[in-house]
Amino acid sequence: MTLLFYSAGAIALIATLSVILSSNVVHALVYLIISLLSVAVIFFALGAPFAAMLEAIVYAGAIMVLFLFVMMMLNLGQATEDEERAWMQPSLWIGPGLLSGILLLLFVSTLLTHDVTLAPVEVSVRDISLLLFGPWLLAVELASMLLLAGLIAAYHLAKK
Amino acid sequence: MDAIPYEHGLILAAILFVCGLLGVLTRRNIVFVLMSLEIMLNACGLAFVVASARWQHAEGQIMYLMILTLAAAEVAVGLGLIIQMYRRFHTVDISVLNEMKG
Repeated sequence: MTLLFYSAGAIALIATLSVILSSNVVHALVYLIISLLSVAVIFFALGAPFAAMLEAIVYAGAIMVLFLFVMMMLNLGQATEDEERAWMQPSLWIGPGLLSGILLLLFVSTLLTHDVTLAPVEVSVRDISLLLFGPWLLAVELASMLLLAGLIAAYHLAKK
Repeated sequence: MDAIPYEHGLILAAILFVCGLLGVLTRRNIVFVLMSLEIMLNACGLAFVVASARWQHAEGQIMYLMILTLAAAEVAVGLGLIIQMYRRFHTVDISVLNEMKG
């Protein structure tokens, strides 16, 4: 499980870096799918198989396919890729890279002060659903309202 | 089973979040900005699942489900906006949007 966690984490990092450094949209999408699938493997290693399945089905399946469909509709082509390559100057990355680096340093230095290990005990689907349809029922209803609002807004915005 | 240090999961989530932030800050193509937002949301979900495994409690995964719902709704609206923007300006460069003229 430990080996699975670290190797999937390394793949997720490399794939995510490839997403933000890539200049072709479709290549970046495929890298993002790889990254999401390796995060699903990490969930599995952490003893959350239900979250892993949802990550693979909803994130890597549904959301990324939606992205791909829109990319096919837009049909961006070579001109956008050349433009993208022209924007990727190294000087552009200095400021944001510095800020993000400081943020990451703060995160890591805060997190490394504790020392607790994870014993991967599986949280079953039964536990999740008992909580989800018990105390968190209102949140589920609100999530359905959010999805309905997203559906209506997407239809209205993409209409001619 | 051997144990994974709890911080390593959170540090991985932090690194993924910072990668997404870097993408949002640097890219000018709106599709890449939306993808970087997805990376950041996914990193938040990873942090919740790690916390759920740390306390062996299912509520972190419920929060992950809420983030998943939020990401789905956000992507639908964002892609609708991208389609509308491409129809009006024939580009995916976000700097054309700074004019606020509808």
